[in-house]
Amino acid sequence: MSPTCLLPPVIALVFSPLLLGVINRTKARFAGRAGAPLHQPYHDLLKLLRKGAVYSRTTTWLFRAGPVVGLGAMLAASALVPFGGLGAPLAFEGDLLVLAGLLALARFVTVNAALDTGSSFEGMGASREVQFSALAEPALFLGLASMARETGAVSLGAIFASLSAHPWAESGLAPLLAAVALAIVFLAENARIPVDDPNTHLELTMIHEVMVLDHSGPDFALIQYGAALKLWLLGSLVVGMLLPVGPGSAPAGVALAGGGMIALAVLTGVVESVMARLRLLRVPQLLVGAGALSSLALVLAFV
Amino acid sequence: MTSPLTLHNGETCAAGEVPLLAAAEFREEVLQAVEGGRRIAALFGRPAGGDRVRLAAVLANGAEGTLALTSADVEKSFHSLTPDCPQAHLFEREIAEQFGLVPEGHPWMKPVRFPRGGAAVTDFFRVRGEEVHEVAVGPVHAGVIEPGHFRFQCHGEEVFHLEISLGYQHRGVERAMIEGREARRIHLIETLAGDTSIGHAMAYARAMEALSGARVPARAQALRGIALELERLANHTGDLAALANDVGYLPTASYGGRIRGDFLNLTALLCGSRFGRGLVRPGGVRFDLDPTRAAELVERLDAATRDVGEAVNLLWETPSVMARFEETGSISREVCEQLGLVGPAARACGVGRDVRHEFPYGIYRFFQIPMSTWETGDVFARAHVRWLEIQRSIPFIREQVKALPEGPARADAAHPLEAGRLCVSLVEGWRGEICHVAMTDAAGRLAAYKIVDPSFHNWTGLAMALRGQQISDFPLCNKSFNLSYCGHDL
Repeated sequence: MSPTCLLPPVIALVFSPLLLGVINRTKARFAGRAGAPLHQPYHDLLKLLRKGAVYSRTTTWLFRAGPVVGLGAMLAASALVPFGGLGAPLAFEGDLLVLAGLLALARFVTVNAALDTGSSFEGMGASREVQFSALAEPALFLGLASMARETGAVSLGAIFASLSAHPWAESGLAPLLAAVALAIVFLAENARIPVDDPNTHLELTMIHEVMVLDHSGPDFALIQYGAALKLWLLGSLVVGMLLPVGPGSAPAGVALAGGGMIALAVLTGVVESVMARLRLLRVPQLLVGAGALSSLALVLAFV
Repeated sequence: MTSPLTLHNGETCAAGEVPLLAAAEFREEVLQAVEGGRRIAALFGRPAGGDRVRLAAVLANGAEGTLALTSADVEKSFHSLTPDCPQAHLFEREIAEQFGLVPEGHPWMKPVRFPRGGAAVTDFFRVRGEEVHEVAVGPVHAGVIEPGHFRFQCHGEEVFHLEISLGYQHRGVERAMIEGREARRIHLIETLAGDTSIGHAMAYARAMEALSGARVPARAQALRGIALELERLANHTGDLAALANDVGYLPTASYGGRIRGDFLNLTALLCGSRFGRGLVRPGGVRFDLDPTRAAELVERLDAATRDVGEAVNLLWETPSVMARFEETGSISREVCEQLGLVGPAARACGVGRDVRHEFPYGIYRFFQIPMSTWETGDVFARAHVRWLEIQRSIPFIREQVKALPEGPARADAAHPLEAGRLCVSLVEGWRGEICHVAMTDAAGRLAAYKIVDPSFHNWTGLAMALRGQQISDFPLCNKSFNLSYCGHDL
């Protein structure tokens, strides 16, 4: 195990809030505003960490465990995802299943914490989150499965390495379909438009944000940081598939992947600027569509 | 049975001329009038000595442009109109709350504004059953908005029933109008609903002018028309931007918010206040428009017109926005008629209801603005009617500024109010029909002042629009009505 394998998690930990800064800046530009500085999310996190937390008397340890376990799961996940040709510190056969499992664990504890408050808002948010993730998970799994089949590898690092070795022309349509499906999952899982609106103050329309309404101070900072990491990790899966970099190509590979991440953030900002949110009823259709694309990718991978 | 007294908008009559019927006749009279196409513009009570309360109804007929007045004395209780005439429901609850009368047979008797303290101690309608859950929102909200309490009875994401409970901003405006100092009145009126300063001030000024027999110069009438339409422009633009914001569509949300400010600044150009405070006064307007500022107003209006067109048309051209607006929060024409909705909300249901047309007053007697209606009754219709009205108001303002009548902007001397007179003053504010009823006593003092803000008619419309809708669409429906809390609470 080379020491460079520690780089992907370090890069994720350091740069993930920057991604939010880029998205917000893009949206501000579309709205005709100068926008907050790119490093604003870091300040926000520090501000929250300095604050005190308020706990409702009706909550139990489940409520307090939510942010901690959630962030823990994301930290563990960051050790699984390779970046720009650098292998991950924890790479083994089947690590992609563990990645999906860790995402699910983070969601499980967040939903539990939300239900623990007993608030009707949070219950509503939890119900929406679970409903939509039940549709997003198959898309993620099938997309990863199609890549595993396509490349004959069952570890993220090996999949990306193999993708870069086989140029897109050879591997055909399957990686493209899977990448599109993953991009939709990326938007849905990170509570972005068209699925959720991260900026709204309207509790009744929220999905993810309404679940964490009762968290405050450091707890909320952990949640925000966990969300930034999730954005980074899912984003690096999408970028890893669209801009595959072979092992040992650092630092050019890391630069390419970093550029890809920035481009993805800008693209997310553009999507949020030019379209309205979907009606909540229509969200499942979008996610099932992503699942269908993943399935098609899997079928094509078998051909 | 005497026939009811009919008046025109802004006309006065002797207070004694209003027919005084027996309670049963009064009820019959109102029901027949509503069946015959009239609408309850106001229904209110005032003390009539002893335990008696005099109920008075103002029944508007848009086709004829007349307002029928009738009254009756009641004691302790009266037979409720609501079972046969749903639009009376909130008025009767208000009367019951103010005078302790019992409207017998009222299907949902509870206070409107809780003036005797003890807010939110009432029952709410509840749907029972497995998987039915209740969501309570407010009165403290996540945004900087007015307080109101909303109870949703939901099945999953679907709303079965919404009950709206207001009254948190009740400050006793109607009472202060009568008991307070005269000089304070205009300020109470201008802040009655902060976004409708011009509309309410105009209704008040016209009532006072009618009661004192003052004559308003033509120039003042034109300037009031300009101010009223500017208020409409600013609020409609702000509403369209807020609708875009609620569906997460940034371009119109950001630019619309800025352009709303441009329109507000035009009002500031007229009188120094962005919300038109201090402009309208009984007898005319306090600030004349000199040619330099008139030219600047037209120039800046033209610039804002270009911008608002670009920003708003993006909404109709973006499929994801239209998918949210269309078929959300629909109200049928029948429900609209039954509830007596007013303003853009009614016009969006295809009901041609506009005071500027039906009961023309002031400048609108000489210059008409085409009425804008739409048929579908959904969020899109309410948004689109606003856009149509924006497009109609701009040429009107331009025309008025260019051809301002010569002469003073305010009548010379203030006249005292005539004794024992009554006047009904209607104005089409940007939210809809504003109705002020003023009455003087034998000494020429204000004896009764009744205010009906358009929101009072329309809040029930919002509750009905939510039936069978997704709870996540509530903010969007709410914004499409954009009703006033303080205008309702008075």
